[in-house]
Amino acid sequence: MIMEEIKYNPEAVKPDPMVPAIYRVESFVNETADTFTVTLSPSGTTVADWVANQKQLDAAPGQFNMLYVFGMGEVPVSISAGADKNRLLTHTTRAVGAITKAMSVLNVGDMVGVRGPFGSSWPVAGAKGKDVVLVAGGIGLAPLRPVILALLARRSDFGRVVILYGARTPKDIIFSEDLKAWKKQPGVDLYITVDRGTKAWRGSVGVVTRLIPQIIFDPANTVAMLCGPEIMMHFTIDALQKRGLSGNSIYVSMERNMKCAVGLCGHCQFGQHFICKDGPVFTYDKIAGLLRKPEI
Amino acid sequence: MKTLELALAKHPFFYNFPEEYLRSIAGQAQIVEYKEGDILFNEGSDARKFYLIVKGKVALETYAPGKGAIVLQTVEDGEMLGWSWLVAPYKYRFGARVSHKTEMIVINGEELRRQCENDPRLGYELMKRMVHAITFRLEQTRLLVMDVYANRANKK
Repeated sequence: MIMEEIKYNPEAVKPDPMVPAIYRVESFVNETADTFTVTLSPSGTTVADWVANQKQLDAAPGQFNMLYVFGMGEVPVSISAGADKNRLLTHTTRAVGAITKAMSVLNVGDMVGVRGPFGSSWPVAGAKGKDVVLVAGGIGLAPLRPVILALLARRSDFGRVVILYGARTPKDIIFSEDLKAWKKQPGVDLYITVDRGTKAWRGSVGVVTRLIPQIIFDPANTVAMLCGPEIMMHFTIDALQKRGLSGNSIYVSMERNMKCAVGLCGHCQFGQHFICKDGPVFTYDKIAGLLRKPEI
Repeated sequence: MKTLELALAKHPFFYNFPEEYLRSIAGQAQIVEYKEGDILFNEGSDARKFYLIVKGKVALETYAPGKGAIVLQTVEDGEMLGWSWLVAPYKYRFGARVSHKTEMIVINGEELRRQCENDPRLGYELMKRMVHAITFRLEQTRLLVMDVYANRANKK
């Protein structure tokens, strides 16, 4: 049965957010030695699957899914590209724990479970008519990639687009082909820096925050979107505020251990917020008092 | 204002710097273009110059046996390079190699140091800016030491 050919009223069926929909691995790409991108196609056969699939494929930039490796468990993984006409989910993550390591050896044709999409999203509509500064550190480029693609797809709707990307070494740079393409795109200022250079590396060496004094944007009419290690975002916020950007124009994507992803279990509690439900994208103003608190 | 004074006044390091001092510093400065691969100074050499990068990129390097030259950091548009001219024993701590065509304002550091000794107001104004720049550099170095992008799963 080909589900797409049948007209369903998605409002009539409410999939259980705790039940994963089944997806098939369609492609697997190693971005770096420990970071990989998988694309997934919907493979469920029930109406509930179909409704869940539509929501997942229409996820907003910045949202995440829970990916389930059967027999191992679930982890939250960033959606790293919007579903294109091929209607595939794209996820990028890094092998750091048991589940992501199991994910790193998936093959085309393997099945995984997907719950989601969850969480808040980047303010694409709110950035219309404004300069946009995107600052990514390490694998933090993955959750920012969908918003970059969305901005570039409607480039004339926005002012300056400035992308700053910091990686550990040149060989840790992800989405290299995208970065080359973005650099060539008119009206995009892209800066890449690495913490440690190599003999062959001819680009910048140093932390990503040092690029902020150099870039051009209008602080009164700019939205900044940040994703990376919390300490990197802390210094980035500081540098952006020194340039005159206000806290409610700075959006950060936060990360904590997640389990249920629907705000029930409390694993990802961050002060009065749950990262899974209220985040992961917050304005800096909302969480300013919570960042850099050892107890939180 | 003459060309060099204007160039100094436009550089972030000298933002809002008293005009009379800019005039005297401009007297010991020149705008120089360097090409890729030019060596500005070597590690341990006498620190005689103070560099302000207008546009371009310079790699700060050190040498490690068996590894060759290691780039510690690049210094780029609007940044300053070299403070050893101000700090005894006036020897550069690292080497500097131009990694992309670079336009710089090069100031005679020895003369500037002499002027600072003679005019503490100039010395203090300059010192505040040097400390600000050095603090920024120290903050970046601390962030680098934290190795924030490392895969913790690979750490013992």
